[in-house]
Amino acid sequence: MSVLTWTIILVSITFALYIGIAIWSRAGSTKDFYVAGGGVSPLANGMATAADWMSAASFISMAGLISFMGYDGGVYLMGWTGGYVLLALLLAPYLRKFGKFTVPDFIGDRYYSNVARTVAVICAVIVSFTYVAGQMRGVGVVFSRFLEVDINTGVYIGMALVFVYAVLGGMKGITYTQVAQYCVLIFAYMVPAFFISMIMTGNIIPQFGFGDTINDGSGMYLLDKLDQLHTDLGFAEYTSGSKSMIDVFAITFALMVGTAGLPHVIVRFFTVPKVSDARKSAGYALLFIAVLYTMAPAIAAFARTNLINTVSEQPYAEMPQWFTSWEETELIKFNDKNGDGIIQYVANPEANELTIDADIMVLANPEIANLPNWVIALVAAGGLAAALSTAAGLLLVISAAISHDLIKKQINPDISDKAELWWARGGAVFAVIVAGYFGINPPGFVAATVALAFGLAASSFFPAIILGIFDKRMNREGAVAGMVVGILLMLFYMVKYKLQGFGGGTPDDWWLGISPEGFGTVAMVFNLVVAVVVSRMTAAPPEDVQELVEDIRIPQGAGDASAH
Amino acid sequence: MLKLSAENKDQLTRIATPNMTNEKRQAYWRRNLRYLFILLFIWFLVSYVFGIFLVEPLNQIRLGGFKLGFWFAQQGSIYVFVVLIFVYVRWMNKLDKEFDVDEI
Repeated sequence: MSVLTWTIILVSITFALYIGIAIWSRAGSTKDFYVAGGGVSPLANGMATAADWMSAASFISMAGLISFMGYDGGVYLMGWTGGYVLLALLLAPYLRKFGKFTVPDFIGDRYYSNVARTVAVICAVIVSFTYVAGQMRGVGVVFSRFLEVDINTGVYIGMALVFVYAVLGGMKGITYTQVAQYCVLIFAYMVPAFFISMIMTGNIIPQFGFGDTINDGSGMYLLDKLDQLHTDLGFAEYTSGSKSMIDVFAITFALMVGTAGLPHVIVRFFTVPKVSDARKSAGYALLFIAVLYTMAPAIAAFARTNLINTVSEQPYAEMPQWFTSWEETELIKFNDKNGDGIIQYVANPEANELTIDADIMVLANPEIANLPNWVIALVAAGGLAAALSTAAGLLLVISAAISHDLIKKQINPDISDKAELWWARGGAVFAVIVAGYFGINPPGFVAATVALAFGLAASSFFPAIILGIFDKRMNREGAVAGMVVGILLMLFYMVKYKLQGFGGGTPDDWWLGISPEGFGTVAMVFNLVVAVVVSRMTAAPPEDVQELVEDIRIPQGAGDASAH
Repeated sequence: MLKLSAENKDQLTRIATPNMTNEKRQAYWRRNLRYLFILLFIWFLVSYVFGIFLVEPLNQIRLGGFKLGFWFAQQGSIYVFVVLIFVYVRWMNKLDKEFDVDEI
C-alpha cells in the first residue's frame, strides 16, 4: 500500500477514536467543562498533561532543531523538562489545594483584586493565542504534505475536529482524548526511532544507540563520527555548540520557568481529586514527556549523520526520491553555485549549496532511512495528535478566561451554572475561529513569538504565583506592579530585537548578550524585585488572605475544585 | 498594618485545619522547605552546573560514546528530573502522614 493510503487509514482511525471519546465524555456542568469534574486519576492526568504539553513543536520541530544546533539544542531538552520539577515542587500541590478553576482565579483571589485578575486574564490570552496559532499551522502542514490537500483545507479539518471535542466535551472531553493522543504520538515517535537506531548502531534503544558505535565498519562512536563530519565540513563540533554560556543559561531558565507558568499546563493539575495526586501526576507527566525528550536528541544525531552521509559531496542527479519531494515544498533548496553537479554542504555560506529547513527532519527521517510506508503514515498521525491535543488545551484556557474570569467573576456574578456553561462553549467557538484564522493567515510574527510565549509566561505568571504561595507578605500592589513591569519589559525586548521596533537592534546590542528567547529570565527577575520592593512599601494583605496562604500550604481538606 | 493576637490567629487557622496548632503548622512548613531546598539544589546542579557551566571540563570525561557534559545536557539531567519528582512525592507523603495532614 502507498504512503497516502496508509496515512488516510491511520488518520481516519485516530480521528474516529478522538470523536468517539468526546461523545462518551461530554461535559454536563461547568465543573466538567473546566476541570473534568475533578475526578481524573493521576496516571490519566499525567498522560493528558504530557500530550497537552508536547505540541507540534516538540513532535515535529524539536529533533530537527537539535540536529542543527548540536549541544546548544540542550536548552530545549533541559528547559522543557526541568520546568516540571518547578511545577511539581513549587506550584501544582498548592494550586490544587487552592481548588479553583483557572490561573486568573488564583491571582484574583490571592491578590484580592479584580485588577490583578484582569491582568492575569490578559496575560493568559496573549500567551495562549501566540501558542495556538502555531499548532493550527502545524496541522495544516502535516495535512498538506501527507494527505496532499491544500494547507488551508488541512486547517479547516483540524478546526472542525477540535471544535467537536473541545466545545462539546470541555476539559472532560479533552482529558480523555489527550490520553488517547499521547498513546498515538508516543508510539508514532518510538517506532521510527527504534528502526533508525537499529539500522545505524545495532542498538534498538535510541537513548543507548546514541552513545554506541556506528554501523559503518569504522568502529567509531556515533558522536565522534558526527563531530568529525562537522569539523571536516567547517561546522562547529556537534557536541560543543556555538551559543555563549550566559545565553544558554538564560534560555534554559526562561523555558523552565515559562513551562511552569503556562496556564494550560497548570490548569491540568486542578483536575485530580487530591493534593497528593497533583504531586504524583506531575511525576507521571514528566516521565511520559521524558520518553520522547530523551529520544529526541538521539534522533537528532542519527538524522544529522544520515543527512550528511547521504547528501555531502554526492551528485545531485543521484539524490533519492524524498529529496525531490521535499524540494517541491521548498523546504530543501539546492543551488549549484560552482556548476559541478555535486552537492557541497558546508559551513561557509559562500560555498554552501544546500539549505534545509529544520522542520522536515522528523517528518523526512523515516523516508531518509528507507522505512516502510506504514511508519511514515504513523508519523503523520502522531504529528496531528501532538498538534491537536495542545490546541485543545489552549482553547480551553481562552474559553475559561472569557466565561469564568470575565463573565462569572466580573460582569455577571449571578449567572447560573447552565448559562455559564453556554458562555464557556461560546468562548471555545470564538477561540477556535480565531485560532483557525491565524492558522490560515499566519502573521509573520507568529513563528517568532511561539518560543517567546514562554518568556511571556515566565515574566508574568511565575513570580506572581510563587510569591503568592511562599511569601505571605506579598500584596496586591506588589504583584500587579511586578506582572505589569515583567510582561511590558518582555514585550519591549521582543518587539525591539525580533520585530525591529523601538529603533531595533542587532545581536551585538543584546543586554548582557542575552537573546530575546532567553530574556524571559531577566524580565522575571525584574518582576520579582519590583514585586518584593513595592509590597514592602505598601500595606500587608488582609488577614483572610494571609489565612488563605496558610491554608494552601497544608494538604488536608482540599475538597473538590469549586467555583465557591 | 492590621495585627491579630496570637490566640486569635491560632483560632482562625484552627477553623481551616482543625487538628493543627500553629507550631505544628510551622514545623510542617519548615520541613517542606528543607525538602524543596535539597531537591532544587540537585535540580540546579545536574542541569545548570553539569550541563552548562562545567560542560567543558566534564567533556574531558567519557561515558561510553558520550562526553559527560554533553550527556548531562541532553540525557542525564532529564533522568534526574524524573527521579527528583518521585522522591519528592515519597517524602511528602511520609511527611503528611507524620503530621497527620494526609487526605483520606
